[in-house]
Amino acid sequence: MLDVEDLSVFYGDAQALDGVSLSIEQGEIVAIVGANGAGKTSLIRTIGGMHRPTKGKIRFKGVDITGWPSYRVCDLGVGQVAEGRQIFPNMSVLENLEMGAMLPRARKLKARNLEHIYGLFPRLKERAGQFAGTLSGGEQQMLAIGRCLMGAPELVMFDEPSLGLAPAIVQNMLAIIRTLNQDGLTCMLVEQNVAVSLRLARHGYVLENGRIMLKGGGEELLADDRVRQAYLGL
Amino acid sequence: MIARVIESASPRALALLAVVTAALLIAPYLVDSYVLSVLIIVLYFAYVGQAWNLMLGFAGQLSLGHALFVSLGAYTSAALFIKFGVPPVIGIFAAIAMAVVAGCLIGYLGFRFSIRGVYFALLTIAFAEFTGIIVDHISWLGASSGLFLPVKNQQSNDLLNLRGSPTMFYYVILALTGFAFALCSWLLNSKLGLYWQAIREDQEAAEASGVPLFRYKMIAVAISSGLTGIGGVWYAFYYNNLFPETMFKTSQSVEIILGSVVGGVGTLFGPILGAFVLTPLGEILTAATDGMHLDGVKSFFWGFCVAAIVLFRPQGLWPWIYDVLGLAPKKEGKR
Repeated sequence: MLDVEDLSVFYGDAQALDGVSLSIEQGEIVAIVGANGAGKTSLIRTIGGMHRPTKGKIRFKGVDITGWPSYRVCDLGVGQVAEGRQIFPNMSVLENLEMGAMLPRARKLKARNLEHIYGLFPRLKERAGQFAGTLSGGEQQMLAIGRCLMGAPELVMFDEPSLGLAPAIVQNMLAIIRTLNQDGLTCMLVEQNVAVSLRLARHGYVLENGRIMLKGGGEELLADDRVRQAYLGL
Repeated sequence: MIARVIESASPRALALLAVVTAALLIAPYLVDSYVLSVLIIVLYFAYVGQAWNLMLGFAGQLSLGHALFVSLGAYTSAALFIKFGVPPVIGIFAAIAMAVVAGCLIGYLGFRFSIRGVYFALLTIAFAEFTGIIVDHISWLGASSGLFLPVKNQQSNDLLNLRGSPTMFYYVILALTGFAFALCSWLLNSKLGLYWQAIREDQEAAEASGVPLFRYKMIAVAISSGLTGIGGVWYAFYYNNLFPETMFKTSQSVEIILGSVVGGVGTLFGPILGAFVLTPLGEILTAATDGMHLDGVKSFFWGFCVAAIVLFRPQGLWPWIYDVLGLAPKKEGKR
């Protein structure tokens, strides 16, 4: 579904990604793990069209989307849930969700998707009229996911969905991602929380200093000595 | 649209709005010519403040160069009138076009190359200042000695040529202010307004949600600069003289934005309220210190006002007054 080939990205002189290649099949969960500054967010931003790569190709559903602006990438079905729950704090919960459905592909599906999201996150329905900035951290993360789903995406890139959430809520969040995946959504999970995300994913990639250092099955990577030493402290 | 606004407003707010509107409509018959001249300036700043507010308050793009759009509108319509006899009612379209083209050029450079925030503001200042220098050297436009409109026929009001009494200019700027207010209130409640708000609140998140940032920021700049250019046409025909060294100056741009900052950036009534508070105070101060050789006392006072607002009411006066007067409708409203 998504094929990234030899992707290199620079911010000025600083290289954020160096020849990254990866592929995601329809219907799977793929984890990209790595430490702070490894290039995880750069990868999402580049695939999402918010940053132009200097080299390499990105293909989604067979379409070359390299260098496309983000609104076109979104409209093709690539959604992203940004790091740190980027919601619109002074807009109501409902307005936040409506913002997600502005894409041409999602406009007609708005009512149905809203119903679906309220079913998934009843809390958002209860708070529909409230300013999004007044929600708790976990609720804001739900809203960020809900807004993304309003765009009727086929692939969602999650940037650190567990960041800054209480452990119980992290479990809840992962359960939601699993449910969405079972309903047919392809997920790319970008995480510092290596143990949790590799357990959830079918495939994983380990990103270090902008390069893919390791790749393999989720459980396989978890058993790998290098991963255990570097990320799990075992 | 009007029905919806009326529906969503509280009775008290509607009553207040009706009283203020009525007072403004009959004002020229109640006040003397000096007060009328102050009211005219107040409305002018309310109008251009509203236009500027659309860019920062609605779409989150700070411009400190709106004097450029006033000046382009003023010079374009004045030059067409003086040199070719084109009446302002037609010249206004050329004026709007000039202002919008300049706005879009600045917007293109800024947004295409991701120049944001303060750096974008610097770009707007630079354009205003260097356009001023260029105009300063065009003798066809009067260069530094200024461009003057012929003053005659003052006894009868000629709306098409914008020649007439202060009362006529008062009603023209009142109509413009009303128009800008209605336009902004409609835009704010449209899809466009929602997009702008998203960009203002979190540009990254808006982009990630699929908002075409470049397009919607350009639309904001185009509308704002076009509206401001219309203000420039009015300015030229009201004042009858244009000097590059004052027209294009950053101090002019700052005067345009002060009302909105004091009244409340991002609100519909803020720019109007701010103009009604600041301009008369400035006039009173100028009159009170007349002959005391206190040059710049008005600027000093305005600086003081802005500092006070930033310290005590950073949201501006309007949101505060809105609460104090209990203008909020019963059901939860936005502003």
